[in-house]
Amino acid sequence: MCTMIVEQTALSGSAKGALGWFPVAHANVAYDHPFHAPLDHALMIDFVNPALGLDARVSVELTPATARALVAAVKAALARGEEALAALAVGSTPA
Amino acid sequence: MYTTDMYEGMLAETVTVTGHNGDPLLAYLARPLGPGPYPGVVLIHHIPGWDEWNREAARRFAHHGYIAICPNLYQRNGHGTPEDVAAAVRASGGVADEQVVGDAEGAARYLRALPYHNGKVGVIGTCSGGRHTVLVASHSIAFDAAVDCWGGRVVMAPGDLNEKTPVAPIDLTPSLACPLLGLFGEDDQSPPPAQVAQHEEALKAAGKTYEFHMYPGAGHGFFYHDRPMYRPEAAVDGWNRIWAFYGKHLGGPL
Repeated sequence: MCTMIVEQTALSGSAKGALGWFPVAHANVAYDHPFHAPLDHALMIDFVNPALGLDARVSVELTPATARALVAAVKAALARGEEALAALAVGSTPA
Repeated sequence: MYTTDMYEGMLAETVTVTGHNGDPLLAYLARPLGPGPYPGVVLIHHIPGWDEWNREAARRFAHHGYIAICPNLYQRNGHGTPEDVAAAVRASGGVADEQVVGDAEGAARYLRALPYHNGKVGVIGTCSGGRHTVLVASHSIAFDAAVDCWGGRVVMAPGDLNEKTPVAPIDLTPSLACPLLGLFGEDDQSPPPAQVAQHEEALKAAGKTYEFHMYPGAGHGFFYHDRPMYRPEAAVDGWNRIWAFYGKHLGGPL
């Protein structure tokens, strides 16, 4: 199915594509036919910076189940990282 | 019919056509080498863009005695690899229906101006191009036969309509201006068989000339030999249906 389903979110950071590192502007998250993954439909994430050209793009095409696992992993890593940094901040507070 | 004593040759190249709003567009043209006259076919590319499969399909049409032209519907989004361009188009919500109709009509005009053309033009598309084919054949009188290969979103809920796709193609059925061949897979999720049946009922009610074929064991995109969705039996039969349909309505070789 050509769903044309796409969500967009602004990002701040870097991505490394075929042309090397570039500042990433946003992510396009689509649920549609993949270009490469051997699936009828995939969850696709394009990290892009249109101002730098159409090839400023890092793309992944995932099965829905592994995409959900990725979301969970991102959330878990964020939670652990922020918790660890918070603990360091508490530990460094002057008495 | 081809026999082994025949001369055979083909030219395939990039040309420029005048699309919607007078915009110049690159198009891939494949044609038999010979005096003609040959029927023409406008090939509307699918959502992965102006890619290799469409070029192969254009050459297949030329091999079978047609002048095939495939305009780059995504050119306004810039140039790059077909995937990068298609990804940018996907992110922008696709191309506008009105623009596709104008681009297809421009490609048809290009074909009709060729000295070796027989005066007949078909239109065909797969996936999103199948939907566009129904749309183009319902908006334009430039075509003599249309082939919709598993085009989804011919039937659309009111909530799915937007500025770029303001009308569901099924609602244009009364103005369908040429015979329609439809090739579908029974396991497809879009269009699901129920929507194909709904489209068929609309065609019947409007008294249109059409033939639909629903292949068991096939889903979406069963012509795509480089994808796991490929279904050789359905694909072979589907291509044969195309040759018979275009042979009858465009005067192509049978």
